[in-house]
Amino acid sequence: MSIVGTRVVRTEDPRLLTAGGSYVEDLRVPELAGAAWATFVRSPIAHARITGVDASAAARAPGVIAVLTAADMDDLGPPPPPPPGGGGEAPVPLGGPWAEPLLAADRVRFVGEPVAVVLTEGRYQGEDAAELVSVDYEPLPAVVGVEAALAGQTLLFPGTGSNVPITAGGQADDAIFDGCDVVVERTIVNQRVAPVPMEARAAAARWADGRLTAWLSTQAAQLGRFVMAGVLGLDPAAVRVITPDVGGGFGAKVGVDRDALVIAWAARRLGRPVRWAETRSENLVAMTHGRGQRQVIKIGGRKDGRILAYRLHVVQDAGAYPRMSGFLPFLTCMMASGPYDIAHVQTAYQVVVTNTTPTGAYRGAGRPEATAAIERAVDLFAAEIGLDPAEVRRTNLVPPDRFPYQTAGGARYDTGDYAAALDQVLSAAGYADLRAEQARRRERGDVVQLGIGLSSYVEITAADAAGGETARLVVHPDGTATVYTGSSAHGQGHHTAWAMLVQDELGIEMAKVTVVHGDTDLIPRGTGTYASRSLQIGGAAVHVAAADVREQARRVAADLLEASEADLELDAERGLWHVRGDPEAAMTWAQVASHASAEGLAASVNYTGGQPTFPFGTHLSVVEVDTQTGKVRVLRHVTVDDAGTIISPVLAEGQRHGGIAQGIAQALLEEVVYDGQGNPVTGTLADYAVITSAELPSFELLAKQTPTTANPLGAKGIGEAGTIGAVPAVQNAVIDALSHRGVRHIDMPLTPARVWAAINGTGVIL
Amino acid sequence: MIPAPFTYRRAATVDEAVTLAARGGEDVKFLAGGHSLLPLMKLRLVVPPELVDIGGIGELSHISEADGHVRVGALATHDQVAGSALLRRELPLLAHAAGRVGDPQVRHRGTIGGSLAHADPAADLPAVALALGATLVTRGPSGTREIAAGDFFTGLFETVLEPGELLAEIRFPKAGPSGWSFQKFTKRGIDWAIVGVAVAGDRVALVNMGPTPLRARAVEDALASGAAPDEAAARAAEGTSAPEDLNGSRAYREHLARVLVGRALGEARSRR
Repeated sequence: MSIVGTRVVRTEDPRLLTAGGSYVEDLRVPELAGAAWATFVRSPIAHARITGVDASAAARAPGVIAVLTAADMDDLGPPPPPPPGGGGEAPVPLGGPWAEPLLAADRVRFVGEPVAVVLTEGRYQGEDAAELVSVDYEPLPAVVGVEAALAGQTLLFPGTGSNVPITAGGQADDAIFDGCDVVVERTIVNQRVAPVPMEARAAAARWADGRLTAWLSTQAAQLGRFVMAGVLGLDPAAVRVITPDVGGGFGAKVGVDRDALVIAWAARRLGRPVRWAETRSENLVAMTHGRGQRQVIKIGGRKDGRILAYRLHVVQDAGAYPRMSGFLPFLTCMMASGPYDIAHVQTAYQVVVTNTTPTGAYRGAGRPEATAAIERAVDLFAAEIGLDPAEVRRTNLVPPDRFPYQTAGGARYDTGDYAAALDQVLSAAGYADLRAEQARRRERGDVVQLGIGLSSYVEITAADAAGGETARLVVHPDGTATVYTGSSAHGQGHHTAWAMLVQDELGIEMAKVTVVHGDTDLIPRGTGTYASRSLQIGGAAVHVAAADVREQARRVAADLLEASEADLELDAERGLWHVRGDPEAAMTWAQVASHASAEGLAASVNYTGGQPTFPFGTHLSVVEVDTQTGKVRVLRHVTVDDAGTIISPVLAEGQRHGGIAQGIAQALLEEVVYDGQGNPVTGTLADYAVITSAELPSFELLAKQTPTTANPLGAKGIGEAGTIGAVPAVQNAVIDALSHRGVRHIDMPLTPARVWAAINGTGVIL
Repeated sequence: MIPAPFTYRRAATVDEAVTLAARGGEDVKFLAGGHSLLPLMKLRLVVPPELVDIGGIGELSHISEADGHVRVGALATHDQVAGSALLRRELPLLAHAAGRVGDPQVRHRGTIGGSLAHADPAADLPAVALALGATLVTRGPSGTREIAAGDFFTGLFETVLEPGELLAEIRFPKAGPSGWSFQKFTKRGIDWAIVGVAVAGDRVALVNMGPTPLRARAVEDALASGAAPDEAAARAAEGTSAPEDLNGSRAYREHLARVLVGRALGEARSRR
């Protein structure tokens, strides 16, 4: 029996749960002996001109080696030019007039922007000395929120003449709503949230013989090497990036932040190793935030529930510097129509800069925003025509005989059975009974009302499948194997999954398979982990490499057993080669590998044959709302998340669990808040409310697998689906609980104060 | 997230703590469980030049009965208070409320004395001490004082404690047979209360409805003059000055106070 699809325990866990992982901050390698500690001086003001920096007092403080500012960066080239075509769809910073400096020189644009770096012998000394660096700021009016950005009274980059670096999409044309019985339009907010990985950002750097070794907490070591080499003016071969254990990234650790680049530069400047690990306070203001969209949704259709037209206009808050946030609304618009077959779909977006922390990828990166918009729109439409939201969804879902399905937004949905996912969830949840219970509570006028929320979704994973992923597989003469992967594990369980794939293909037991990732000297080429791409691209690379090794082994075994290759069989259960019909005369992998050529049995693959895939599903959330206080309690969360063939149910369920938890958190609790001057109000984890197990029910995860043909594993991505599906299901459930009182929409997060304000029709009170 | 430099001293006895604090000057802080003080120091919102660690003083973590009172040492942790059979029997409001403070880590390190002396109006136990009519026993350079809980809290994070004066013990009169309730309204299980209500018999105290924990006097007066619980609860916001923050406006907190007092009075009545 194949190991694929079985409940294998994660091989990573014994080490992580006992001896402990080793993260960048934990490193005690000899290369970092005597490293200076870096502490950043960060702007306390959202928008200001810098008129002077006096580091003399700090320079005299105990343990201070140096205080460096932008003025010291005379050994670096100019910022990169803007990408051709003005960026927009590319997941890269804009550069040019919108370029983000490494250290702020003459202007700061958000609270938390690094202005100087203090290098000290001891870590504590750095924080004391940083307080002594005196920066003269001449405050400028702060641009906070997309309205202020669009108004353009104050410009962040005066030379550009605008706060809107990117505008895309066609003119709105109301003719698409002609013939609709009902049209609903609404402005909604997909609020800014913070990724909050368990491990905050960290970096260490050491130079020797003109070569840089950088230890980074990143999701993509090879991309990190590429960026570091570019900024520091080096040949990529002169940079080695190592990722030790990485404690979560959620998209915010793709690539290298400016802070880590400063660490590498400072180590060269000082001529000694430098290390840095940010505090949680820094992380909450200086790591990219996610989401941050204002959306105008307009939906129209017939009274029988058929949706005829949908329009989505997005304004993306990029924060102070347009990093990859131009890419987020592009994906949002691409996925705008979700799982529905809608005749007319229009999308457009603008990206604006504001005096806030830059935004970037965060678990779902553009797709949750699309799902939240269309799933709210469908519920608004259903409420307006007085039909059950489940019925309206079923009426409009793309039917199973239409795949591959080409959308107006440019996506080509590979495989799916969207209505089956909806019906499976409705049935498991007992939808009719839930509606009956809701009706009873309404009739009795209970204080605690019941809400049922649905979200049917389709998302895109491995959108950049063409970028490929590498795998190198070696079977050693002792019968063990090593996988070198360009994918970048940071909690997902790559080591377990890759070993399962090798065992499945070759019959070499998982325990004999070592997985190596995240060292660019060992693995110079690779893409990394983001966009739910790892298994379907990186896993497929392992699968292809294993198949290659199997065929090499067949030739060797045929020689040894003096048989024709065509007669050789691999018993993948036992990991033995034998001649067909003669299982007794078998050879082990050790025997075969020992007789292979000097290179042994090895295959290197850069798998670029995959296509983007489109996982889909339905989430149903059941909530109670206390109508006297506005407090929401999630009672149940039932989901189908169809990600094609499941290699490891344990890992897939883990991804769904974490994703759903983060989705419920965005729906109910999390929001990065700034005051009118651009000061962060949610600067600690006491104010920024991440969710805990106490707020969550046990999730009801239903199984459904519709394989894709886009890769040899039949797998789609699962890393972000939970977040994408959960957010609108919970939001819709809360609004559903109050719909009989006329509530049609409440912006997230659905905190008690907001819900109570909606119940009382008093608007949002904060 | 790293505190400014400070001098650390450790006391083995109450006398030694008081002596060390007197020697250190006005700005010395006592360190008990550290779960309020250390986060503030890490954010550099509080920068004490010297800490006197009283965590190792064995004589201050008792929970015992004497003369119709229950005596709780200031260093008893929330977990000890929540789990004490004596308190669960005699002062179930206190035991229950202590079990709702923070999260398990906080409850295993944080102390009842620390919570009262810190005087955060959003903390649970100050209001509970008011509702239970506690007496706070202090030791300082000028000897021992006994201070009624109602006289103890003077402002936001401010009490009548003099510099160098240590809260040593909290005495609670046994509650008797009257009902009790503790209503803690939060966004998450681990949060401070947006609003909280402690009811013990005919006493009603509010969490986070002003710069100090408050008695809901208008409610108590209404009850005393025979008003029905709902009628009394409608007066819960009188005399309060609730803060406005991310979690809600003053109006929302006033509304919550009325709702929660109503629920608390109902629950307390059911426990009589």
